[in-house]
Amino acid sequence: MQKKAQLKVFRGDSKGGAFKEYEVPLHEGMVVLDAIHHIQAKEDTTLSVRWNCKAGKCGSCGGEVNGKPKLMCMTRMDQLPLDKPITVEPMKAFPIIKDLVCDVSWNYEINKQIPKFKPKEALPDGTWRMQQKDIDRVQEFRKCIECFLCQDVCHVIRNHKKNNFLGPRFLVRVASLEMHPLDTEDRLPLLKEKFEMGLCNITKCCTEVCPEHITITDNAIIPLKERVVTRYYDPVAKFWQKVFKR
Amino acid sequence: MSLGETQRKDLWWLQPLLVVLGFGSFVVYSTWAAFEGNNYQWGPYLSPFYSPLFLFDWWHWSPAFLILWAPLGFRATCYYYRKAYYRSFFLDPPACAVGEIAEHRYSGETKFPFILQNLHRFFMYVAVAIILVLWYDVYEAFWFDEKFGIGVGTLVLFLNTFFLSLYTFSCHSLRHIVGGGLDCFSSCALAHLRHKAWSGVSLLNERHMLWAWISLFTVGLADLYVRLCAMGVINDIRLI
Ligand code: SF4
Ligand code: SF4
Ligand code: FES
Ligand code: FES
Repeated sequence: MQKKAQLKVFRGDSKGGAFKEYEVPLHEGMVVLDAIHHIQAKEDTTLSVRWNCKAGKCGSCGGEVNGKPKLMCMTRMDQLPLDKPITVEPMKAFPIIKDLVCDVSWNYEINKQIPKFKPKEALPDGTWRMQQKDIDRVQEFRKCIECFLCQDVCHVIRNHKKNNFLGPRFLVRVASLEMHPLDTEDRLPLLKEKFEMGLCNITKCCTEVCPEHITITDNAIIPLKERVVTRYYDPVAKFWQKVFKR
Repeated sequence: MSLGETQRKDLWWLQPLLVVLGFGSFVVYSTWAAFEGNNYQWGPYLSPFYSPLFLFDWWHWSPAFLILWAPLGFRATCYYYRKAYYRSFFLDPPACAVGEIAEHRYSGETKFPFILQNLHRFFMYVAVAIILVLWYDVYEAFWFDEKFGIGVGTLVLFLNTFFLSLYTFSCHSLRHIVGGGLDCFSSCALAHLRHKAWSGVSLLNERHMLWAWISLFTVGLADLYVRLCAMGVINDIRLI
């Protein structure tokens, strides 16, 4: 007999909703998104879900599976306990549009507030050249697929609703710009004041959920915090910079 | 969301609980050991809680207090420990995607007292100096009445200082200061050198949490070993 799994899927919209139970047949290599598609195809065509690549690369199928922020297309059913129903919900930090689809546009808005890449003057031949060792760090950050799972899990956004806080995804972006060997823009004052980076208490949930395994807290946020310390809280560094004019 | 509210079905509360138990037992033991003010030396061994040892006539309390503020401040402001106690003791958040105490004021590290976490690097400077002293203590622990020897205590002190060094030299602030603060590693010879230093610290830094726990355990163990020898409860075994 074919094995089956029970699912509890959130159904509703911005006005409210509830979990609804479904049963889906299991097959080898099945992921949560397959189960959702099965429900859509066989039981209820009105079930809404956002997805695109089914390969963990477009970042659109984020949701919460058994309470954990996950890409539904990369979460295998055989890695979940099947003795209890599997819960599938939309990301909780953002307003719900319908069922599993939420409105992530706040992310695009806050992103626009980050000053853009401003390169140094080009070399006489009109180009720029960089050494590999200068951009190794930044390359890790460029793996981001903008799934916003880290934004969803970050308690500063999720629980404390601080809308001026950039959130881990955009701290990663700022880190990639600030550490860039060719960039000349200075974003530290904004980071400290407007975006209140100090609200992050480095509890690392963003790192735990990132499907691209970006070491968000250790490699992006803490180094940025240290740069802010050097600029604003370290009299010795200030003195040093004055003396050596650096 | 209220405290503990979640759809998570795993044992999310286990990790914060273990952290509370682990830190709790260390704090209880180290406070007691610091207040004792005696039995911190035996033969060539000196307890790390009391090193460097300052003995002044005008100081009437345990000499541990003259030094313990430094490693304590270092650990209390360490990026790893901050993560651990914000989660386990302040429940902010207790675990990922788990509800917090409903509606409380939250300012992260932007206001007093947590804004003081920004002073971590100054504790790091002191901690690096203390590591040098602890290596000197290890050297001393090889000399029994001016004769070379190795006792179990020598190994205990050696291991402790070794793990404390891994912990200290994997510090995030150190990582920034040796090179992380640079945007360009290839601009000059010094920048190349700093890239090497930064890479080394980065390598250790990947396991910072592990070093934090191991060294917390070994530092307690080293004090306990010296203390038990000094109290005559156990006899140090001489290997050489
Ligand atoms: S480490 Fe900071 S940014 Fe990441 S989830 Fe925690 S509070 Fe948010
Ligand atoms: S940093 Fe990771 S979790 Fe955050 S948006 Fe990018 S890929 Fe997703
Ligand atoms: S569908 Fe593209 S990441 Fe899941
Ligand atoms: S970050 Fe842990 S010791 Fe500095």
